[in-house]
Amino acid sequence: MRQFEQKATWVAYGEALVELGHQRKDLVVLDADVAKSISSNKFHKEFPERAFNVGVAEQNMMGIAAGLATTGKTVFVSTYAVFATMRACEQIRTFIANPGLNVKIGASHGGIHTGEDGVTHQAIEDLGIIRSIPGITIFSPSDAVFAAKCTHLAAEMEGPVYIRLTRNPVPVFHSINDDFIVGKAVELVDYGTDVTIVATGIMVFKALEAAGRLKKKGVCSKVLEVHTIRPLDRETLVAAARETGAVVIAEDHNINGGLGSAVAEVLGEEYPVPIERVGLRDTYGESGEGETLLTAYRMNTEHIEEACLKVIRKKDKKSY
Amino acid sequence: MDLALIKKLETTAKEIRKDVVEMIYHAGSGHPGGSLSAADLITALYFNELNIDPKNPRWEDRDRFILSKGHCCPVLYAALARVGFFPLEELKTLRKFRSRLQGHPSMNKTPGVDMNSGSLGNGISIGIGRALGARLDGKSYRVFVMVGDGELQEGMNWEALMAAAHFKLKNLIVIIDYNNLQVDGSVDEIMDIAPLKQKITAFGWQVYEVDGHNMREILDTFARIRHSSWKGPSAIIAYTVKGKGVSFMENRVEWHGRALSQRELEVALKELDGRETGEAI
Repeated sequence: MRQFEQKATWVAYGEALVELGHQRKDLVVLDADVAKSISSNKFHKEFPERAFNVGVAEQNMMGIAAGLATTGKTVFVSTYAVFATMRACEQIRTFIANPGLNVKIGASHGGIHTGEDGVTHQAIEDLGIIRSIPGITIFSPSDAVFAAKCTHLAAEMEGPVYIRLTRNPVPVFHSINDDFIVGKAVELVDYGTDVTIVATGIMVFKALEAAGRLKKKGVCSKVLEVHTIRPLDRETLVAAARETGAVVIAEDHNINGGLGSAVAEVLGEEYPVPIERVGLRDTYGESGEGETLLTAYRMNTEHIEEACLKVIRKKDKKSY
Repeated sequence: MDLALIKKLETTAKEIRKDVVEMIYHAGSGHPGGSLSAADLITALYFNELNIDPKNPRWEDRDRFILSKGHCCPVLYAALARVGFFPLEELKTLRKFRSRLQGHPSMNKTPGVDMNSGSLGNGISIGIGRALGARLDGKSYRVFVMVGDGELQEGMNWEALMAAAHFKLKNLIVIIDYNNLQVDGSVDEIMDIAPLKQKITAFGWQVYEVDGHNMREILDTFARIRHSSWKGPSAIIAYTVKGKGVSFMENRVEWHGRALSQRELEVALKELDGRETGEAI
C-alpha cells in the first residue's frame, strides 16, 4: 500500500472550526480545559469573543451549550469522549438531545488506540452510550479529510451531533474529492463476494489493509466504511450481506453497543448472515502504544483478516 | 411601594396555590410542598418582574425563566395559564397522557416553558448559556433561574456558580427556594448547605436574603437588583415554608411528593380561601 500522510482527526476538527468561524457568525465554541488537545484553541485565538473555556467542568459545559443553543447559536463543545459521554451523559440526553438543540459534540480519544493515557482516557463505550440516546446524529470519521468534512456538515445540520475523534495520527487516505454523505456508507473496495468488511474510525484503514492481504490469498472481499453510525445505512448493509453472505465488523470500541452491535441488529432483523465482530471483547484497555494495544487485544489488521477467514468458514459450513 | 399591586399579587398567589392543589389532586401524583413554597416568588416573577408576552411565547427579547427545581412545575403551569399562555382548563390535564403539561417541564411541549428541567442541578448552567447568548447578541433581556435548596447538593451547581461570576453575568439572577425540606428529610440534617449566603458570596455573587412569602420584600429585592450597579450575577436566598398556605402540609416532609385526597383537597381549598375548616387532617 502506498504511503499516506499521517494526521490526527482532532487536528482536522480544530482547523474546520476556524473555517466555520469565518463562515458563520452564529458559531460559538466551548471548551473544558482541553482546547489544546483537541485543537479548538485555534478558534479561541481567532474568535475570542465567541469562545469560552469553562475550566475542568464538562457537565457545566454541556448545560451552558444547551442554554446558548436556545438563543439561536450553533454550539460546538469539545472534550474527550469519556468525559462527554459519561460524566456529562445526562446533560447531553435531557437538555440537548431531548429538546433537539443545536449542540455539536467533538469528542476526542475514542478507542484504545488512544494509547499511553490508559483506561481513564480510552473511550470504549461512547458509541454505545450515544447510540442509545434518541435524537443524536453520530459521525465516526476514519481520517482527517472526513473529520473536517463531517465537522462542516455538523454545523449545517439542525440538531445535536456527536463526532467521534481519535487521538493519534492515522493515514489520510481519503481524497478531498471523496463524498461524505450523511447516513450513506462508502464502498471503498469491491474485490468480490466472499465477505464484507464493515468498519468505522481508525479501523477503516486496517480493513483496507486486511482486504489487500486477503486478496493475495485469493479471498475476495468488499469494504464498507460506515462514517455515520446514526442514521445507519441499513440498505447498503443489507445489500452487502445479501451479496456476500458473511460480514465482519471492525471498530475500536467495545464489541457491545457500538457499530458491531448496530450491524448485528440490522442484519438480524432483515437478512441474517454469519458475522464476526472485531473490537474490544468486553474488557478494558491499558497503557501502551496504540498499535501495540490493537495487536494485543486482537484488533489489528491480521485479526480482521482472521475474522474474515473464520466467517467465510461459517458461511461455507452453514454452521451458524 | 404600590400597596394595590402587592394586594393584587397576594390574591393571585392565593389563586395559584388553589390551582396547585387542584392540579395535583386531579393528576393523582405530583409535588405540592415545593410548589406552594415557591408560589409567592413565581407570582411576583410572572405578574410583575418578567418582561414576557403570552401571545408570543418565543419572543426573542423576553426575559427567560428556568425552573431548575422542575418537579414544582404545577406552580409554574398555574402561573403560565393565569398570565395567558394557555387556557386555565388545561391545568387539569397535568401528568395525563398526551397532555402539554408534562410531569416535569418540557420546552417543546408547553407554551411559555423556556427549558426542560427536573433533573436537578442543571438550571444555573443552562441559565449561563442563555445569559452569554444575550450578551453575544447585544440584547438586554435577563435570565432568572429558580433552584431548590436540596438541589444545591448537586455539585454541578457549584461549577455553574463559579462560571457565572467568572463571566460577569450581570443579566443572570438565581433564586433559591430555601424551605429546608427535601425528599428524605430536612436539608440541614441530610446534607447541610449552610452557610449559604457566605458560600455564594465567596463564589463572587451579590446575594440578597428575603422572606419568600412577603410580597413587599420580594418586589423590593427584584427592584434593588434591577437598579444595582453590581457587575456580576445576583442571587436571592428566599426563606420559605414548604407547603405554605395549607396548614396540614406546612413543614411536613411527606408533602414533598404526594397527591391530595378529595377530603384533603376540600380542606386545602377552604383554608386558602380563608374560610374556617373546623377539620383536622
